[in-house]
Amino acid sequence: MRAGGTKTGLSYIDKNTPVHRLTGASKLLMVLFLSLSAMITFDTRLLAIIVVLSFILFVVSRVPLREMKMIAGFLVFILAMNTIITYLFAPEEGVRIYGTRTEIFHIIGRYYITQEQLFYQFNQTLKYLAILPLALIFFVTTEPSEFAASLNKIGVNYKIAYSVTLALRYIPTVMREYREISQAQQARGVDLSKNVKITTRVRGMVSIMFPLIITSIDRIDRIANAMELRSFGKNKTRTWYQSRPFKKVDYFVITLSALLIVAAIVMGIINGGRFLNPFV
Amino acid sequence: MFAQTLSVKTIVAIGIGTALFFLLARFASIPVFANTTLTFQYALLAFFAVLFGPIAGLIIGLAGHILTDLHFGWGLWWSWIIVSGVVGFAFGVMMKGVNVDEGEFEKKSSIIRFIVCSAIIHVISWGVIAPVLDILIYSQPANRVFTQGLIASIGNIITTAVVGTILLFAYSKAKPKTGSLSKDR
Repeated sequence: MRAGGTKTGLSYIDKNTPVHRLTGASKLLMVLFLSLSAMITFDTRLLAIIVVLSFILFVVSRVPLREMKMIAGFLVFILAMNTIITYLFAPEEGVRIYGTRTEIFHIIGRYYITQEQLFYQFNQTLKYLAILPLALIFFVTTEPSEFAASLNKIGVNYKIAYSVTLALRYIPTVMREYREISQAQQARGVDLSKNVKITTRVRGMVSIMFPLIITSIDRIDRIANAMELRSFGKNKTRTWYQSRPFKKVDYFVITLSALLIVAAIVMGIINGGRFLNPFV
Repeated sequence: MFAQTLSVKTIVAIGIGTALFFLLARFASIPVFANTTLTFQYALLAFFAVLFGPIAGLIIGLAGHILTDLHFGWGLWWSWIIVSGVVGFAFGVMMKGVNVDEGEFEKKSSIIRFIVCSAIIHVISWGVIAPVLDILIYSQPANRVFTQGLIASIGNIITTAVVGTILLFAYSKAKPKTGSLSKDR
């Protein structure tokens, strides 16, 4: 994956930070638990805690500035789009959820700005901010081969874990192949641009996908034969070159993120629902 | 666990299929009109699910969609990830018994079955399951998610039914079948 460079956004960057030193399994559990608790709750305080935590991790893991810039631009775009679309489709969603209506001012037609709507959309934005950096941190700080070991460690069957590693390993390869086939077909007159009819574009796409699939099926046969020759899958378990033993800090991180899920559920019980309602 | 029974070939197919799903979802799109593009990852997902079975379809859908979401950088949108897995699984189950390697996809009945399956699967998954999960998990407004789901299912039906059928048919034609050799006299 290192060959894929920074533009894939999924690539491991070798550094020595506390986040890099955590085992892959505990990072994976942390990402899963944190995004799960951000998914469950709409409690503003809890969401704010998760946002702060993931931004601290972001800084500690020293993700390069260039990646941050790209992500930040994208983040702002997605948040803005989402906010606008949600408002256009459901300007009264907040009123429906919180059960009260405090108008601030009237724009046009059925579009009012209400405190409830602002609060609801603010919470939605926090939810995005909470889950967004987490996955990126995981991929930037975990080596692909340790990723398979960590999937296996948290209970995913090693065969499935291995196929995920295969996917990560072969993304750059199939990308290169796609580019080659696409250029070869374009040299032969295939046009995918807006200059031709949509049906021609679809047919052009098929003429790229078909050779890609045929070579991929061949590749599958070759890899599968090589793996069978080495007796892959004969045993119920396997060991991993990259797996590391848990340290104290790993247990600490797992416990902390598990506690946040508990907090999300407890808050749900205290607030009498997923939403914290300041309007009653 | 079910995974222990998977053949080595299926495991490799899951890996390569996931890589291809990601590639098609992220880099291979054709413009339709302003700001709208057509992507073909669900045609590929259907292809792999028909060839390698429901478990392969399920995992390619889940893992491929997760990688795509990560790469777009908008975080993991779990409701649609789950639905991608469901789509792959459903194609594997509903097309069970059609042995493409032995030329069974060249029959008219198999092709019609595939097109009907695409329509049913995409309407139920994007038009019903995805919006309902959006509402349950993310408390999104109902009219917004159902409109999104409707658009997604129409696009996916078209790409899967057209491109998926062509790919499966062409692959089946290109593959040498058992007993296709005859002795020269």
